[in-house]
Amino acid sequence: MYSALQEVCDPAIVAIIAALFIGSAGIPGLFLRPGPGQMIATITTVLAALAGLPAALALLFAHSTSTFVLAWNLPFGSCELAIDPLSAFFLLPIFLVAAAGSLFSLGYWPAADHRATERGLTFFYGLLASSMAILVMARNGVFFLMVWEVMALSAYFLLVTEHEREDVRRAGIVYLIATHTGSAALYVYFSLLACQTGSFLLPAAGSLSALPTVALVIAMAAFAGFGAKAGIMPLHIWLPSAHANAPSHVSAMMSGVMLKMGLYGIFRTLTFFHDPPLLWGGFLTVAGITSALLGIAFAVAQRDLKRLLACSSIENIGIVTTGLGVALLGISSHNAPLAYLGMAGALLHIVNHSLFKPLLFLGSGVIIHASGTREMNLMGGLGKYMPRTALLFLVGTIAICGIPPLNGFVSEFLLYLGFFAQLQATSMTYLVLLAPLLALVGGLAAIAFTKLYSSVFLGTARSQGAAHPHEAPLTMLLPMGIFALLCLLIGLAPQLGQRLVAPALAAFMPEVALTVYPAEYGVILGRLFLLSMLLLLAAIMVTLFWRWRLRQADVATASTWGCGYQRATARMEYTATAFSELAVSVFNGIIRQRVERPALTGIFPAAARCADLPTETVLERIIVPLFNIAGLSFAFLRRLQHGQMHVYMLYIFVTLFILMLWAH
Amino acid sequence: MTDILIHLLLAILMPPLLLGVIGKTKAAFAGRVGAPFLQPYYDIFRLLQKGTVFSTTTTWIFRAGPIVSLATTAVAALLIPFGAHPAPISFQGDMILYAYLFALGRFFTMAAALDTGSSFEGMGSAREATYSCLAEPTLFFALITLSRLSGSYSLSAMLIKVSSSIWLEAGAALLLLVGGMFIVLLVENCRIPFDDPNTHLELTMIHEVMVLDHSGPAFALIQYGASLKLFVLGAFFVHLALPYATGKPLLDWLLFIISMLELAVIIGTVESVMARLRLVRIPQLLVAATILAAFSTLLVIR
Repeated sequence: MYSALQEVCDPAIVAIIAALFIGSAGIPGLFLRPGPGQMIATITTVLAALAGLPAALALLFAHSTSTFVLAWNLPFGSCELAIDPLSAFFLLPIFLVAAAGSLFSLGYWPAADHRATERGLTFFYGLLASSMAILVMARNGVFFLMVWEVMALSAYFLLVTEHEREDVRRAGIVYLIATHTGSAALYVYFSLLACQTGSFLLPAAGSLSALPTVALVIAMAAFAGFGAKAGIMPLHIWLPSAHANAPSHVSAMMSGVMLKMGLYGIFRTLTFFHDPPLLWGGFLTVAGITSALLGIAFAVAQRDLKRLLACSSIENIGIVTTGLGVALLGISSHNAPLAYLGMAGALLHIVNHSLFKPLLFLGSGVIIHASGTREMNLMGGLGKYMPRTALLFLVGTIAICGIPPLNGFVSEFLLYLGFFAQLQATSMTYLVLLAPLLALVGGLAAIAFTKLYSSVFLGTARSQGAAHPHEAPLTMLLPMGIFALLCLLIGLAPQLGQRLVAPALAAFMPEVALTVYPAEYGVILGRLFLLSMLLLLAAIMVTLFWRWRLRQADVATASTWGCGYQRATARMEYTATAFSELAVSVFNGIIRQRVERPALTGIFPAAARCADLPTETVLERIIVPLFNIAGLSFAFLRRLQHGQMHVYMLYIFVTLFILMLWAH
Repeated sequence: MTDILIHLLLAILMPPLLLGVIGKTKAAFAGRVGAPFLQPYYDIFRLLQKGTVFSTTTTWIFRAGPIVSLATTAVAALLIPFGAHPAPISFQGDMILYAYLFALGRFFTMAAALDTGSSFEGMGSAREATYSCLAEPTLFFALITLSRLSGSYSLSAMLIKVSSSIWLEAGAALLLLVGGMFIVLLVENCRIPFDDPNTHLELTMIHEVMVLDHSGPAFALIQYGASLKLFVLGAFFVHLALPYATGKPLLDWLLFIISMLELAVIIGTVESVMARLRLVRIPQLLVAATILAAFSTLLVIR
């Protein structure tokens, strides 16, 4: 199939053109009245993605690199665009999620109901997707930074779509500060790289030595810059509020794809160096498992549907980072099974997370439409009114908990195999202790997502808003259905997932990919398929048996058993907060939930409110106080900022003049 | 082939007997005659004949609960070796699947409970979620220790390897493991001192309160699934604590049956001499179990 495709056209050119089309999809809408523009944008995006996805797959399995040089006359060297398997691997989720989200927006953010915001939203949505696609192709440091900035800013404009709300504006500001702090680190990173190689072109794979101190500084800058975008703890502060306040298909894009751009940066940086020291892998492993544990612990306490999903993104990025760290340790210690399993687990988890997280975020959009709130404590019983959404959301829920037979389990399974394989290794046996930690992460994820699913879809409605919701239209269900099917596919046939990550893995560590381990672990993954089928068979047998017994006797319906109490109301139901209360009390040392309990006075106290509020521990206890101190100590600089344009221009002139003097 | 048949027959037929033995033991401690050994079979059979009442609040999730939890436990039963005989299905890494199969069953049991909208069942599933999350690391520490001792990555190999010679070699580690895993066994199967299957106060229960609304054949499936889970987790524990093996196939099957019955008597004894713990104490004990298992891991990987 690949050769046939190559005869028609070069897949690399197809991918670039598809990216450009997606980027310009929103432009016609800017000049049309609201309505047709959105339709044009969606059709363009879906068609471009339909061309781009096979092209990216072809490039992934081509095992070669296509390079283009962009003609520009900026003094930063030649502007190369290249697509190697690693780039192609990251292109897949970009095209997939862009098309799905665009289709979803037709029903979720129709131009007819959002006349003021729809044009900007559609325009920046295309720009965000396109900039990410170009980003993974960019090979010139300066060009990379430019595209990076386009991505960061279009995400900002998407995030503040509903800027009339105060919490949205606040989320936007936090995001803007966090992303530019990260960008500052990236300036350091690319400058140092340019000092090392003598040009702004990104170095070839394995061309730099990891031993000098400057390599460590480069790696640290990359971790700070890219880690802030990926949302690794403690650089995650922008993530929960940004994901919660953006429109849902934008959250899907940010969580499913934009976080991965941070990971892409870290992956790309690591390819530059040969023989990374043990310290790097160790650092990434510790950062990753900490992110995973803390992220999911925070998720357990959330009461806002989308915040919970956002916190779980921190967890999933943490799992990927753990896998990457373990793989680096494997490379450093020449331990092929560890390197293979860590890397395969990390890459497959990237794929998986970009399938189930957009599914859940799109689902959250449907839920918010139906119930009119993001507060889980006010929802309930939606499953009866919207059975299709409930079923698709259930697939995402089980997948994200890492439970068989869905895809989340496969990537975690590979990581577990890696940890256990370490038991027979001669060094670093203690890495196996990551296995119980990952199990704890899995247990907490199960609490968080049981809470999410059951408080939204099960039981009875806890407020009026959730009482009469409607099933979502096809344009919203179809994208979710595609993600759910792909989750099932990788879950039931894990070898497909292994095949998908193989080229990117081979680009990263060619010598490991040639060993016997890929085939050996492929056989084990085949057993998972067998067991999934057995599980299905067992479930069918039990169902048939039960249905037979049901037919033999009476079936009646009645209200839920209330232990003798007949007048139970929805207000007596267990809420989302009540469900997680026990777990939160066990992990309160980390979660630090704020409880507002009114003081009761007198014999007959007046009516009062009590609330358990999850807090942003890192942001509120560390970052905000630090910013306050910085704000006070740099108050004298505010005098320079007085709002007089001509003086600002003078600043620029003086700065340029001094720089020119200095250069001479 | 015969071994696989015996394995399947034991897994299908024997589980409720354990509940009968536990009941009889408790009766003996209380000075009563007690229900016959086969009472759990009669109960399940009677429930299968009965009609069903569904709550108007529920959806298909409620019906999926008993099905998925029984199906996952049944598949887990195929992965665990009984006595000295290897399991019908065994491959590298099957212990991870074993642990996660229970997670799948638990997810559906909890979802089914929450589907009824009853606050009692909400309480039960919140407790189940938290306690099982805390029990998870203990199981993984145990798997690591066993994997290290046996040098293999499949349940059959690592459990069958445990023998008196391993006990002599790494007795301290195994002793700690037995302590930790016994706590996990009791909490996962909702036995005293963590949960009381016989209590009539819904507020204090965990597993029984989650299935309050299931009736008739569905409740039979749940009862049977619960006994199968006790059997499967018990078989794991018996390998650690009572590793008898003779090398003669039939005799080994007999020894396995005897050791499972011994386990039931031990559980019955514990239930007779202990009272239920206060709910706030349970997480503490679970963390203690994790630490015991972690100690045993440290002992073997140092």
